Amino acid sequence: MIISLSKDVMTITRDQDVVPFRNRVKEKAVKIKMGLVNQTKLITAASELVRNMLKYGNGGETYIEIVSRGRDTGIRLTFKDKGPGIADISLAMQDGFSTGKSLGLGLPGTRRLVNEFDIKSEIGKGTTVSIIKWVNG
Amino acid sequence: MHSKTFTILQKKKNQILELWLNNQLADEGLREDLISNQDLRASSEELVDVLVSSASDDNLENPESSDFDPVLEILAGVSMTRARQGFSPRETGLFVLGLKEALLTVLQEEMSDSPAELYTESLKISRLLDSFSIVTFETFIKGREDVILRQTDEIAEISTPVIRVWDGILALPIIGTLDSARTQVVMENLLQEIVETGSSIAILDISGVPAVDSLVAQHLIKTVSATRLMGAECIISGIRPEIAQTIVHLGIDLSSIITKATLASALRYAFSSLNLEVKKAIREKVSIR
Repeated sequence: MIISLSKDVMTITRDQDVVPFRNRVKEKAVKIKMGLVNQTKLITAASELVRNMLKYGNGGETYIEIVSRGRDTGIRLTFKDKGPGIADISLAMQDGFSTGKSLGLGLPGTRRLVNEFDIKSEIGKGTTVSIIKWVNG
Repeated sequence: MHSKTFTILQKKKNQILELWLNNQLADEGLREDLISNQDLRASSEELVDVLVSSASDDNLENPESSDFDPVLEILAGVSMTRARQGFSPRETGLFVLGLKEALLTVLQEEMSDSPAELYTESLKISRLLDSFSIVTFETFIKGREDVILRQTDEIAEISTPVIRVWDGILALPIIGTLDSARTQVVMENLLQEIVETGSSIAILDISGVPAVDSLVAQHLIKTVSATRLMGAECIISGIRPEIAQTIVHLGIDLSSIITKATLASALRYAFSSLNLEVKKAIREKVSIR
């Protein structure tokens, strides 16, 4: 059972929103005393997903939550866009696959950086990605 | 037959100007440090002159009329300079709104006998001046945006210095996030400097980059490839432990690139590949008898 302790909403529409968003995530991570390595992993994952959202979904909404489950505290980030959606999620989760001209590491790499990873997508409606990084994860 | 407002404008020009100036001078927020009273008077006088000469019977009701272009030009000029000089929006807004006050006061004095007429004429003047103040705000903000844009350019330039650390060795400390535009500037500066100095080794130091995601990595790889095409070797230094772990988990392959933890070790590597040796000098003791 995951309980959400605080929730922030941020709308992402431009490239310039990436850095403030990352800083906000970092602030929260510092607040729950996350270690430097996990902090960096979370911020990098956030950066990947938010860039994906801008590039393929034309921006959208992000939620930054402090969550707890039993004794664990962590941060849950949710990225919601109203873009074209992903046709084949298992293909998109493969290393090196990209419909843009990038390295194709965004989604699979992010999954390796965080503890929980969840992706839902519907063609023509948009994509929602949600990740959790526990303080001691 | 001229409309009454128009006649009043013509006749009471000086009174309007004086009232307006008094309004401006009476305001506590008057920035005497930024603009002298003479300048204020001159710009106010110019504006009233142009306003009166471009107003006519039929365009008073039509603020969009092209007759007012000279007025708008002056207003735009005034607010643009004020934005650059550091006036606040309130101070700039009061400049135009003060004129409205003055005009309405004069109208009220002249038409006190017929309230209905006063009402319609005041409405016209209000509309006209409101559209002027909108223009003032727009240009004021545009002026501020120009300042911001200029500063952004300056920051982009300052933040990517190419340092010649030794003959044939360049160093480029990157601070902040590497986005596409930034990479472009970094790459241009670096490649240009390689040509100019004939350097064969470039060190990219990323100690100041807060996070390396796949986009940043892609930009780094591109910069390294471009440097190699120019016949120089590129070393990436300043990889912090947490960044190293993140890169591995992300699955970014940087194995084809020479990477070092610190700028010092990158420099040592550069020295050895240029067959340079750095030694501690042994001084002979001079004995004094």
